[in-house]
Amino acid sequence: MAADASAPSLGARLPRLSVSAWIGLVFVGLLVFWLGVNLVKTPGDFIEVFLIGITTGCVYALVALGYTLVYGILELINFANGDVFMLGGMFAITYSTSIFGLHEGQGWVIVPIVIATLVLVMASCGLINATIERVAYRPLRHAPRLAPLITAIGASFILQDIGLAWKGPNYVTAPDIFPHSAVFTVGGVTYTWNKLIVVLFTVPVLLLLLYLVQRTRQGKAMRATAQDMDASAMMGIDVNRTISFTFLIAGALAGSAGVLYAFYVTTVRFDQGFQLGLIAFTAAVLGGIGNLPGAVLGALLIGLIQAFNEGLNWHAPGSDWTESIVFSILILILVFRPEGLLGERTPEGG
Amino acid sequence: MTQAASVSAADQIGFRNQLRARWQAMPELERAAISIGIAVAISILLFFVDHALAYALLTLTALYWIRKLPQFPHKLIAQALLVLAYLVAGPRTVAIVLAIGFLMTWVPEGTPRQIIYPVTAVFLAVVYPFYQAKMFTIPVFGSWPDVATGVVMILFIMMAVGLNIVVGYAGLLDLGYVAFYAMGAYTAAWFASLQFSHTTLHIGAVGIDPHLPGIHASIWLILPIAGAIAAIIGILIGLPTLRLRGDYLAIVTLGFGEILPQIARNGDSFLGFNLTNGPNGITPLDSPGFGNHISRLTGGFLPANFLQCCNAKVLGHQIQSTDVFFWTAMVLLLFTVFCSLRLQYSRLGRAWIAIREDETAAAAMGVPLMRTKTWAYASGAFFGGIAGAYYAVFRSATFPGDFFFNISVFILCMVILGGMGNVPGVIVGAAFLAYLDREGLANTGAWINSNIHVGGWRPNIDVPLYASGIYGVILIVVMLFRPEGLLPSRRRAAELHEGVHDQPLWDVTQDQAHFDEAGVEV
Repeated sequence: MAADASAPSLGARLPRLSVSAWIGLVFVGLLVFWLGVNLVKTPGDFIEVFLIGITTGCVYALVALGYTLVYGILELINFANGDVFMLGGMFAITYSTSIFGLHEGQGWVIVPIVIATLVLVMASCGLINATIERVAYRPLRHAPRLAPLITAIGASFILQDIGLAWKGPNYVTAPDIFPHSAVFTVGGVTYTWNKLIVVLFTVPVLLLLLYLVQRTRQGKAMRATAQDMDASAMMGIDVNRTISFTFLIAGALAGSAGVLYAFYVTTVRFDQGFQLGLIAFTAAVLGGIGNLPGAVLGALLIGLIQAFNEGLNWHAPGSDWTESIVFSILILILVFRPEGLLGERTPEGG
Repeated sequence: MTQAASVSAADQIGFRNQLRARWQAMPELERAAISIGIAVAISILLFFVDHALAYALLTLTALYWIRKLPQFPHKLIAQALLVLAYLVAGPRTVAIVLAIGFLMTWVPEGTPRQIIYPVTAVFLAVVYPFYQAKMFTIPVFGSWPDVATGVVMILFIMMAVGLNIVVGYAGLLDLGYVAFYAMGAYTAAWFASLQFSHTTLHIGAVGIDPHLPGIHASIWLILPIAGAIAAIIGILIGLPTLRLRGDYLAIVTLGFGEILPQIARNGDSFLGFNLTNGPNGITPLDSPGFGNHISRLTGGFLPANFLQCCNAKVLGHQIQSTDVFFWTAMVLLLFTVFCSLRLQYSRLGRAWIAIREDETAAAAMGVPLMRTKTWAYASGAFFGGIAGAYYAVFRSATFPGDFFFNISVFILCMVILGGMGNVPGVIVGAAFLAYLDREGLANTGAWINSNIHVGGWRPNIDVPLYASGIYGVILIVVMLFRPEGLLPSRRRAAELHEGVHDQPLWDVTQDQAHFDEAGVEV
């Protein structure tokens, strides 16, 4: 991250490179060295882990986009987003199995079922997220900024307990319907369909979202509201409706991530949303919060970091340390480059 | 203009204030009659719940008015009433009635409430072990909390008062307070257990075999050390991150709050060194005590060893080691509250409040932002560390599972429920929530499950399981309807109601009524 910051100053003004930038460069250098050694030692594992990382990153991206959309417009960390994702996973399991009677080994019938589930879950999660905004955030829009942050934590806890009351404290299992057959095999590394499906779903959603935000009237309203609520209200934008819509979209994205996660990982538990939400938030910050492509980039990076950490053999800290590593990245980013990789410097970072 | 001003003044009066004005205009005897009447009515209702409560209420009301009305030889009557209350109510509620009545009859007329209330509260709290077992049962909530629960409650109150310095005074949202608590607990564990058994180092430790391996320090050293280490961690966390504003700071503290417990969890082979004993935690810890020497010097008043204590029977109460832990915790709490109150209006405290209200303006007035915020962090962390250390010593164990994010939010919830920035409020909020956490939720759940039934349906809810959801509801409800908390500080309340942002042009619907009124009047 710091390498990016120092890139323009490397050539002409070398002496102005700050201490933190040097530390960052050394850190990135060590990271690259570590990855390189791993690649040389076990190339097969490396590529396999890389592919897993991309897949996880896609799920993170969908959740991270929810954080970044909401933060972009309200400057609020919607802690509940991760739990909306968790509920999305539970909705996915419930809808698909008890409404559509989904089970393993059904053949091509699963395609319309999964699509119908996806639509239903996205609608439900979008509505939940918009309701949270209406109940817990809107009345506090003029309060000090701590107030909505506190209610966001409260909302997150309530959603967790809804999940707990609904599905109990154990893992809920989804039918393993995504095919595990190989798309291609290169040098002993197989890329399976279930991973590809996640990517195949995420990419069009991202493009659609970019189109929505940058090309449509609604998107224009969102961007205007994010820049200046008063001015956009004077231009005739219904600010409250726009914010509700943003939450709806964010919730729907989290819901879709929940569906993918439920069918890809096949287990969901009530407290997974919060952890994953924090990781996704880190991804959003890494990419530059408020910046949509940044969120995706950050999510892919975090997904890769997590996969490398958990999957590589040579001196990898292992899954015990994943959270520490992710949060260290979060802290380092916030301290040294608060605007993230692709974001613009704001007074917030100051 | 004048008309508008008078109208707005009338507007401010409202129903409650009108009622209060009429109340104050009444002759004193009439007021006495009314309030005694109300007390009688309530105590008739209370009679169905608990006899003693009803007697206590009646006695207290009568006492109050006897004190108020100068024409009575009030002290004598008051004391007679106490004796009567004793005879009628029986020994169950006697302790509390006697305590309050005693204080009321001996406090000189004109003592400010700011002194009477805290002194009464402290007195009642200190003698709690004596009357805990004799107390009546509260409807729904069940019996009064154990003394052991009381110790934990006091420690949570300490942490809430510490967090209040950060959140309430300085207005910095700290979502990782549990890290300081963990730091304190592990400091105590390192300095008073067999954890580092490859060395043998005894620093003033009393009551244990001097050849025991490991580091053993006296608890009276450990507490300040734990506080200091937590404060140093606070400064280390604060220095790089306090430049960030508001929610970025919150998320960074949350990150630290997640990292430190994970280090504790994975620290059983930290580069080949067993630092924290991993998920098994460090246990047992040395029992605290004053040692035989001091104990003998004070005639056995200060126990040599908390766990091997005590033989004394005072006022019909067999003093147990839990009681000693309770009183020690009480002393620590009083120290914390004293520091917190003294800090509030000190130069530093005023700087904190200035930063909370407007950081830019404070900086422009010459408040050094970084240093002031770092001090807030360090002071908050200090008390968190002490509380953590004492908690570890009290339980004689430290487990990484105790330091989840939920605890941070739990403590934050106490501060918010009680009233950010107001120490008495925070104490009340923390005591209530800590009680709920330890006993209240379980008792309430048992009551709900056994007493509520609709037709043939009976609920079977494991209420404590949903504790965090209940805290979530509390957070949201309090922030929406009473952001200043139950017992607010007036200044913070004004701030939270006025808000810090300018009133936006596009969202006038909320204040439509206000606008119209103003328009009509002008």
